Amino acid sequence: MTRISPDQSRWWRRWAGRAGSAVVVVWGAATVAFLAQLAQPGDRATAVLNLRTGQTQERSPDELAPINAEYGFDRSAPAQYLEYLTGLLRGDLGTSYQQHRPVWDVVSEQLPGTLALTGTTLMLAWVLMLAWVLLTAGRGRRIGGWGAAVDSVLASLPQYWLGVVLLLVFAFGLGWFPVVGGTGPVRIVLPALTLALPLAGFLAQSTRTEFERVLEQPFVLSARLRGSGDLAVRLRHVLRHAALAPLTLTGWALGATISGAVIVETVFARRGIGRTLVTAVESQDLPIVTGIVVLTAVAYVVINLVLDALYPLLDPRVTP
Amino acid sequence: MSSATVTTHPTAADAPVAGPAVVVENLRVAFAGREVVHGISFAAERGSCLAIVGESGSGKSVSARSLVGLAGPGAEVRADTLAVGGLDVRGFGERSWRRVRGDRIGFVLQDALVSLDPVRPVGREIAEALRVHGVVPRSGRREKVLELLRDAAVPEPELRAAQRPGELSGGLCQRALIASALAADPDVIVADEPTTALDVTVQAQVLELLADLKRAGRTIVLISHDLSVVAHLADHVLVMAGGRVVEEGPAGQVLGAPREPYTRALLQAVPGAGTRGQRLSPAPQVPLPPSPGRRRSAPGADGSPVLAAHGLVKDFPLPDGGRLRAVDDVGFSLRAGSTLGVVGESGSGKSTTARLALALESADRGSVELHGAAWSGLAEKHRRGRRGAISVVSQDPLSSFDPRWSVEQVLLDAVPGADHPTAAARRARVADLVARVGLDPAVLGRRPLTLSGGQRQRVAIARALAPDPDVVVLDEAVSALDVSVQAQILDLLVDLQQAFGLAYLFISHDLGVISHLSDHVLVMKDGRVVEEGHPEQLFTPPADPYTRRLVASLRRLETRPALERTTP
Amino acid sequence: MTTTTTRPEAPAAARPARAARPRPGVLFTGLAAVVLGVAAAAPWLLAPADPDAIDLAATLQPPSPTHWFGTDEIGRDLYTRVVHGAGQSLTIGVGAAAVALLLAVLLALAATLAPGPVATATDRVIDVLFAFPTLLLALLLVSVLGPAPQTLVVAVGVGVAPGYARMVRAQLLGARRSPYVEAATALGHRRTRIVARHVLPNALRPLVAVFALSVGQCVVWASSLSFLGLGVAPPASEWGALLEAGRAYVTVAGWLVVLPGLAIVALAVTATALGRALQSHLEPGE
Repeated sequence: MTRISPDQSRWWRRWAGRAGSAVVVVWGAATVAFLAQLAQPGDRATAVLNLRTGQTQERSPDELAPINAEYGFDRSAPAQYLEYLTGLLRGDLGTSYQQHRPVWDVVSEQLPGTLALTGTTLMLAWVLMLAWVLLTAGRGRRIGGWGAAVDSVLASLPQYWLGVVLLLVFAFGLGWFPVVGGTGPVRIVLPALTLALPLAGFLAQSTRTEFERVLEQPFVLSARLRGSGDLAVRLRHVLRHAALAPLTLTGWALGATISGAVIVETVFARRGIGRTLVTAVESQDLPIVTGIVVLTAVAYVVINLVLDALYPLLDPRVTP
Repeated sequence: MSSATVTTHPTAADAPVAGPAVVVENLRVAFAGREVVHGISFAAERGSCLAIVGESGSGKSVSARSLVGLAGPGAEVRADTLAVGGLDVRGFGERSWRRVRGDRIGFVLQDALVSLDPVRPVGREIAEALRVHGVVPRSGRREKVLELLRDAAVPEPELRAAQRPGELSGGLCQRALIASALAADPDVIVADEPTTALDVTVQAQVLELLADLKRAGRTIVLISHDLSVVAHLADHVLVMAGGRVVEEGPAGQVLGAPREPYTRALLQAVPGAGTRGQRLSPAPQVPLPPSPGRRRSAPGADGSPVLAAHGLVKDFPLPDGGRLRAVDDVGFSLRAGSTLGVVGESGSGKSTTARLALALESADRGSVELHGAAWSGLAEKHRRGRRGAISVVSQDPLSSFDPRWSVEQVLLDAVPGADHPTAAARRARVADLVARVGLDPAVLGRRPLTLSGGQRQRVAIARALAPDPDVVVLDEAVSALDVSVQAQILDLLVDLQQAFGLAYLFISHDLGVISHLSDHVLVMKDGRVVEEGHPEQLFTPPADPYTRRLVASLRRLETRPALERTTP
Repeated sequence: MTTTTTRPEAPAAARPARAARPRPGVLFTGLAAVVLGVAAAAPWLLAPADPDAIDLAATLQPPSPTHWFGTDEIGRDLYTRVVHGAGQSLTIGVGAAAVALLLAVLLALAATLAPGPVATATDRVIDVLFAFPTLLLALLLVSVLGPAPQTLVVAVGVGVAPGYARMVRAQLLGARRSPYVEAATALGHRRTRIVARHVLPNALRPLVAVFALSVGQCVVWASSLSFLGLGVAPPASEWGALLEAGRAYVTVAGWLVVLPGLAIVALAVTATALGRALQSHLEPGE
């Protein structure tokens, strides 16, 4: 086997490829979002007016004309699409039907709370998952079986239900946490736990499979034959390999957490993107919904690019 | 079962220093109540090499791992004596075992590439052993790692210590693994198939390293299925089968004048240049049923090749955008009824060559001709009708069978409908095929998964024969088999070739198998043919330096005793 | 003689064969599946009372021997309502799972077996859709179509489809690149025959198990939407609707949310366990 071309200086090419697929994903998401706006049944200008005024009635062409002009509903679909895309490039996510404000302004007010929640959730989920897998994976059929059973039960817990149970137990029952509101880090614990537990179960399923596979590998036996203890083997050798599988899922998990915020923010009466989203869906205020969709897609591709950059640190066999 | 050499040894705990390095008496190992090692005994004298020889499932590895308390999950290990360096290790807890592992017994596994953590530099693996046993203070670790690598004959230790297994060659990996086993300076080295995954040239070097360790006074316990490896190093040999010791004694006696039929058969089963034309297995030739009129009248009988390749080149794209030349200007011609052997280490391009010959891969340059007509470069639909003339048997037959299918379905699927138009005719053909490859018709209803390795390979051969081919490509077809099963399959291949005038394109990394079977040999390295010729002429004065090394290594390994052989 | 028992690392051949007798988990799953099936098909067998019977004398009663799951704000027996809601919840779950898998298989087939450009484009579509979190995609559909039970089935089905499309695509690619397909090619079989005999059966066989898994997942998502008030609306006794109705009383009568939620958890866990059992049963080997 002979290498023909040098393996150096291919770095930019790989990253250009990754950035390209990232752009495709965001563009695809924006297209879906645009199509969703087009697909809304009924006359959109009428819907906008009805939303603003809170009354449902037929509107005369005179009333609709300024709305049509403002949102460009009177133009052809391709023209609207083009305008939508160029707007996105400028950072313009559209204008809310109901609040008559730029979507970005509406969303950015809510962003910090939700980002804090998702960040805490991801961290908590990883810590819980790693500890649980480390403790239970590959410890014989009984313990391993229980560990796996807990994974799958956790993974299938509905977030709203878990949230209510945690609220009832820890806030009402034990009084450890404020029921609603509260300030600082304390108030984020229960909401984050609500999202983190199912996510931990989900991540643990793939980590556990990989963990148990790696435990069987000759290099692990080799480490034991060298005199390494069980915990040392698990921490130094197995964990690193087993963490690769859930790492690739983290981009997806981030998106899932953002949408999970919809439920948690409702249960815990927190302000955030989730609440905004639910209200927008209820009132069919599509620009807000699609704006959040596009932002989520951006978050998804950004974190995946970050993970691509981090991956070689865990697995140096992969070139960055 | 024979008894151990040392039978009147005092209880080990009373004799801390003197006596053999390892004493095992009446060792029994069971998993979930099922005993797999049935009371074996052995002893390894200090500074000597004890070899435990056996095929897979003989219990040799489990026995060796019992010495370090790692026989396996749920293993029940019992013994009258289990002593390492005079220390009674029976009833040891995990903590005590950890002081044995690495410190008293250094253990070297096969295939260093996967026995070293693929994401860590090898230097850190060695340092781990130093740290666990507190051999040197933290500050001196790096220097000690380099010293260990140097002792294991690793060139440029500073560079190598920072590299990961994937960046090292197989031989260097194995040396690094040995270095990590030696880190805490154990008296005993257990080497479990230390050379199996290695190229022949490297095998000899690694064995040389082990021999140096023995000369330096260490005790070596060598576990192997490969008698030529054992012959190189062992002072005392233990032959195991089915969890029992079949025969034991000084190496010269066991390998030179074995008493037991099992050992004799094992020795005879090893193929090599000296075994050409001889049967390797004691099993009688499968009576071949009369072949119902061959479809094609022996093509190439006029001397023209059935399969020919000219100037084949194949590149594969690399993930980083570069290209890898897997096959570089390879040509050959294969005549009817003859065998062309292609030998080389892994990554030498031999398997790609096979796939090009089968037109499963398209060549970037060059061409393949089947029966003198174009074969490569055609559209698949023009090739499809002629595919019956060339078939394939691969190293891992199991994955080449649809997992949902029984053996009968697999074979029926391979019988060409055009030649056997009725269902009854196809069934008859399948029965005939099964008989030809020496399988019991009872296997027809079974899934390949439930068959043994040898049976699976016979099914794969039967499938390859189904379309009545002129050429069979055998890609490492016997490499995954135990030596006695390999012998049976090789015998079968010879019988089938004689009966049907088949031409074989035989790909293997094993020079012994190649020289046993081939009429003409290509030696490949880095995608190129570096040497070719008749095996005899090729191996007498090899022109290419690589072949010279290859053959020299083989010579050194070939201390096979001159046994009487049953000739076909 | 001394016995030492050691833990790690046995050669695969030495490991004991998988036990044939049914494990407690399997028995439990089977029992739960039967109970759920009966509740869905013939709820009166488990709860003979009228699920809509109002009893204003016994409102918001906590669980007790007479009202196992307690009562709601107008005195309806929650246990009876949960049992009678099983059918609708399960129907929504099964419907959504069917939508999801149908969509997933169509996308995956197009991405793997269609002619070049179509396959590449579909491949991209799957990747783009996968970037959408399930709930977000479902919410997008609900906001376009408006909240309704039919919307719920479609929205949840479409929401979970991308993940399954990726899975089926991987299965199809794995089968197509498998050594047994290569062996069939080497035998000179036609592409259509290979696809029909090897690729499709091997790639699509696990779907039976996946369907069970996805029913559990769909029930959870559907009830989440209902909880948000975007699915089936009260006074239906569908589980999500029960949750939404109970939400207002969560501080005074937590059981109104906890117990219907528990029913959903039980269904989801049962479906998952059933799917896993089918999966290991269908897997060739072992």
